[in-house]
Amino acid sequence: MKTILMLIAKRAALGVATLLVVSLILFLGVELLPGDVAQAILGQDASPDNVANLRRELGLDLPPAQRYLDWLGGVLHGDFGRSLATGREISSLIGPRILNTLFLAGFAAAIAVPLALGLGVLAAVYRNSVFDRVVNIGALGSISIPEFFLCYVLILWLSVNLGIFPSISNISADLSLAERAFRTVLPALALTIGVLAYMMRMTRAAITNLLARPYIQMARLKGASPGSVIVRHALPNAFAPIINVVALSLAHLVVGVVVVEVIFVYPGVGQLLVDSVARRDVTVVQSCSLFFALTYVLLNLIADILAIATNPRLLHPR
Amino acid sequence: MAIHMTGRNGGIGGAGALTAVLAAGLVLAAFAAAALASGKTAGLAVGAAAALHLVLLARALLRPSATPSAATAILLATVVYGAGALALHSRFAAFPGSGLVGLAILHVTVLTAARQWRTLRKAPPSAMIGLAVTFAYAMIAALAPLLAPYPEAAIVGSEYEPWGADFVLGTDNLGRDMLSRLIFATRNTISIAAVATALGFAAGAAAGLLAATIGGWIDTAMGRVVDILMAIPQLIFALLILTIVGTSITSLVLVIAVVDATRVFRLVRAVSMNVLALEFVEAARLRGEGLLWIIRREVLPNITAPLIVEFGIRFCFVFLFISSLSFLGLGIQPPTADWGSMVRENAALIVYGDITPLLPAGAIAVLAVAINLAVDWFLHTSSGLKE
Amino acid sequence: MNTNAGTAPLLEIAGLRVEVTTDDGPREVVHGVDLTLRRGEILGLIGESGAGKSTLGLAALGFARDGSRFSAGSIRFDGQELVGAPERQLRALRGLRVAYVAQSAAASFNPAHNLIDQYAEIPVGRGLKSRRQAQAEAQEMYRTLLLPDPGGIGYRYPHQVSGGQLQRAMIAMAMACQPELIVFDEPTTALDVTTQVEVLTAIKLIVEKFGTAALYITHDLAVVAQMADRIMVLRHGRVVEEGETRRMLSTPREAYTRDLLGLRAAARPAVPAEAGEEPLLRVDNVSAAYGGGFKILHDVSIAVGRRRTVAVVGESGSGKSSLARVITGLLPPSEGRILFDGAPLPPRMRQRSRAHLKRIQMIYQSPDTALNPRQRVNEILMRPLEFYLRLNGRERQERIDRLLEMIELDPGYGQRFPDELSGGEKQRVCIARALAAEPDLIICDEVTSALDQLVAQGILKLLQRLQDELSVSFLFITHDLVTVKAIADEIIVMQNGRVVEQGARETVLAPPHHPYTELLLSSVPQMDPDWLDRLLAARSGATG
Repeated sequence: MKTILMLIAKRAALGVATLLVVSLILFLGVELLPGDVAQAILGQDASPDNVANLRRELGLDLPPAQRYLDWLGGVLHGDFGRSLATGREISSLIGPRILNTLFLAGFAAAIAVPLALGLGVLAAVYRNSVFDRVVNIGALGSISIPEFFLCYVLILWLSVNLGIFPSISNISADLSLAERAFRTVLPALALTIGVLAYMMRMTRAAITNLLARPYIQMARLKGASPGSVIVRHALPNAFAPIINVVALSLAHLVVGVVVVEVIFVYPGVGQLLVDSVARRDVTVVQSCSLFFALTYVLLNLIADILAIATNPRLLHPR
Repeated sequence: MAIHMTGRNGGIGGAGALTAVLAAGLVLAAFAAAALASGKTAGLAVGAAAALHLVLLARALLRPSATPSAATAILLATVVYGAGALALHSRFAAFPGSGLVGLAILHVTVLTAARQWRTLRKAPPSAMIGLAVTFAYAMIAALAPLLAPYPEAAIVGSEYEPWGADFVLGTDNLGRDMLSRLIFATRNTISIAAVATALGFAAGAAAGLLAATIGGWIDTAMGRVVDILMAIPQLIFALLILTIVGTSITSLVLVIAVVDATRVFRLVRAVSMNVLALEFVEAARLRGEGLLWIIRREVLPNITAPLIVEFGIRFCFVFLFISSLSFLGLGIQPPTADWGSMVRENAALIVYGDITPLLPAGAIAVLAVAINLAVDWFLHTSSGLKE
Repeated sequence: MNTNAGTAPLLEIAGLRVEVTTDDGPREVVHGVDLTLRRGEILGLIGESGAGKSTLGLAALGFARDGSRFSAGSIRFDGQELVGAPERQLRALRGLRVAYVAQSAAASFNPAHNLIDQYAEIPVGRGLKSRRQAQAEAQEMYRTLLLPDPGGIGYRYPHQVSGGQLQRAMIAMAMACQPELIVFDEPTTALDVTTQVEVLTAIKLIVEKFGTAALYITHDLAVVAQMADRIMVLRHGRVVEEGETRRMLSTPREAYTRDLLGLRAAARPAVPAEAGEEPLLRVDNVSAAYGGGFKILHDVSIAVGRRRTVAVVGESGSGKSSLARVITGLLPPSEGRILFDGAPLPPRMRQRSRAHLKRIQMIYQSPDTALNPRQRVNEILMRPLEFYLRLNGRERQERIDRLLEMIELDPGYGQRFPDELSGGEKQRVCIARALAAEPDLIICDEVTSALDQLVAQGILKLLQRLQDELSVSFLFITHDLVTVKAIADEIIVMQNGRVVEQGARETVLAPPHHPYTELLLSSVPQMDPDWLDRLLAARSGATG
């Protein structure tokens, strides 16, 4: 047991270290901006005195190392600084959007994960059957289709032609859960289809790999029923590869959110990110990126830890 | 370099090869002459490229292991192409550079097909379609200026005209011809994607090979750097950098190359380590062979199959990525035609049920599917591939 | 061994043909084999790789591997036809009346469950026993099979148990429902020779106690001589010869059988040492450890004279391969030094000059991975000539031709790629590659272990010839005592990283021995069917 805890602790420490380095990279991004932040906020015609005052106010005359630590400290307390474009507190901008994005991603994940795992396992078990081929072709198609294509096809079909769902998901805090979910169906669907193919293919590959192992053949030679082979022999060894697949796909999902939010005008972090990039509002971009990077690193960390915790060789060391 | 007058099967091999080279030389000279007519710098550039092309072709056809079938195939292809160039000579004369690139792509495809004929014959129809479609896209990209009825950014009609005789696919939101823009977008997106993929691939593969072969702290250090870079999602990283340095084609290519290089690094390092564990590498090391020899002669020839597969997959991701960025308005900037930005510009039409904006998106999807089909098959047979 | 009890055969295979699907279409791998097995009888299936013995073994359970199928013939188990039978019927038989013991126990046990759960799976799953009953029986079975800690070992996981013990646990698992037939598929091939004796004993015990019939598959004729009542020789999917064990061993009818028997062939006379000559290679008090500080060589000292063949014998973990790595400079010693031709050799390979590297060459165990698949034979042989001897052009080509001649291959082989060569031919190319450098010492690391026995014989003969013709010393690393007896001038016995005994061949092979050497020598199976029984009697007699 101790070895596992040690391994997990080591991996967690590595995750935290990664996050710190990533935050450093994001911070440095702002440093590399040609020109002056204060100047960028006040505009070209601002007087040198005003610029100097704002610099002092924003703490820009302090050494970079201290500013990084101040920024980091602020972030940990939920203070992300100010937007360059509007001067508003970023935390007020980003707060509600984080919830929205997580809602959308969660909605999509709730549909995609069970569906993909199920289809992937079935495709692997009934390898080379008609079902498998159909599923594979479908997967190939969805992987090749750009996300925005998918979104527009869905809009065209379900919104314009059939008129069921709205093509713009303008949700706000005061909506009921049902209404919110209704308006989120199309973007969630687009996300689901995008990730489904990817996850399903990986699951199928992982399970096929597993079913080729000698101990699976041995189980069949012992006369175990097909169900027993899958449940008793394959599944307990499938945790690690499946967790890996799910985590990677969720990470994929988090990033796919960006394009979907833009098309459906969904008020999430992704849409904010893209708007801010267009306006070169670096501090907002920085904060949004931090959110995405954080989620990504955390998902990978959880995946690795779960993989360690379900490895029989580590659970029962020599 | 001795010229062997007999091919592997003796007889007409050498003569056939010489004829093929001569025919190619004629066509290339024509292009060079046309380029010279239009300007000194253009002429020099095209002339140099043509000379290089001819030298490489000669080398490929005249070496001892070349087959007569390769020579015949090249001869046929060159003759057909030359005939086409003659038929459309005004267009080819106007754009000799494009003609040259088209011929180069044709020659490379034909040579590879001739060499790998036995493996290709066993390919399922899906893979053949995939390869054919990819080839078609490459040719469209190369010959874009010759094929497009109207210039890339010229306003030639009113906005959103319907499909008709003048404008086969109608016009876009500013009155530019959709078909022409689609063709030019093919060229733009594919060439930018090709350059970015090639750059990232070269950097990533070189780093991966070195890390795997040298091992030790270099390997660990590189691994850590790559891990950190990969901890940031691709799209986010690209958006961040593009915010800082602005969206120009150079920065786009460089950002994509850096992000891609990390993934290629991981793959190349993994497959290289598999090869490095085999005893013939240890035998080479024990002989006293240096780093370069081991990478070039022992490892590289044994990883070409997964490398080719990875290149195909990376290329796919890259042009999908570029399209997504352009769609978000952060990639290739107007008025340069690009699939992603074309979707964005004409998105309004969708609300009216018109599928025209989906055409560029469809173009992306078709190419992606084609490459995936070809790559899937290649993966399946890569164990038996030999020069 | 059991004499046949009962009249009708337990297993009857008639005219069986098995087809395998390849990219170029279906290919037949078993061409009409007939096989009969009575209750309580043990039939040995012997053949080289590709003979189809595993396929036949699996066929006894009605099992065809993925990508293969029974294209013709019949398999009857106790009168029930297995070919074409529905999966449900086959499943009812497997594990219950017919069981299978695989070659690699480590790969065949599920890493996620402990041993006793995997034992109990089938009897409990079929409702034959309760869990408690099954577990108690498992522990009893482990005791019968002489496993250490029979009460507790079942609760361990596969990766926590050593190879020989795991193999016995697998045999126990096969016996869980007391089947009428067990198929043993090369159960001891992957084990050390001393561990092999334990497992062979266990198998004999079990089969005698429960009167189980058995199909014993192996490539080792000496092993099968101990276990089987009858022997069937297979080659390329056909039966070559079949008969009662003693008759087969004393008067084989077919040439192929005689070849297989004749493998313990003529030994080359040992060359006596020349007194007072400075040895070519001297290893003085060398200790070495891998990264984790775990020592694998302890104070090893050996010497190899000029034009001598010194064999280093040991089992897994003896450190013999590590010794080779130290000599070639891939593993620097933590203590001690190496002297070559009187002068100290730099401990690390990178510090050695090309001239140094040229003089010591190595040949590897697995010819499949020792040759670059993308280089033709010509290129492979050309490189050392170019690199060490700086030969070019015509002279180089002549040298290559001469090398091919030396290894008994036609000049046409130069154009081939390794995957166009057989295992034996590949190993010959490896030998030629080593010879090309004109070394003083060639280290052979288990060079015949991965080859079929007849092919290995050919390689050994070639090496013997080369010893006589050239003035090269050989350091021959192996675990196979039979080979050692055939070619060594001197023998060094290693155990757990230490040299246990060394000296001239006759001296080491004759008693009195170091106890480990005694153990090693006595564990090598002999062609005599009574060998195992006598050995066990002697050992239990010795311990009282």
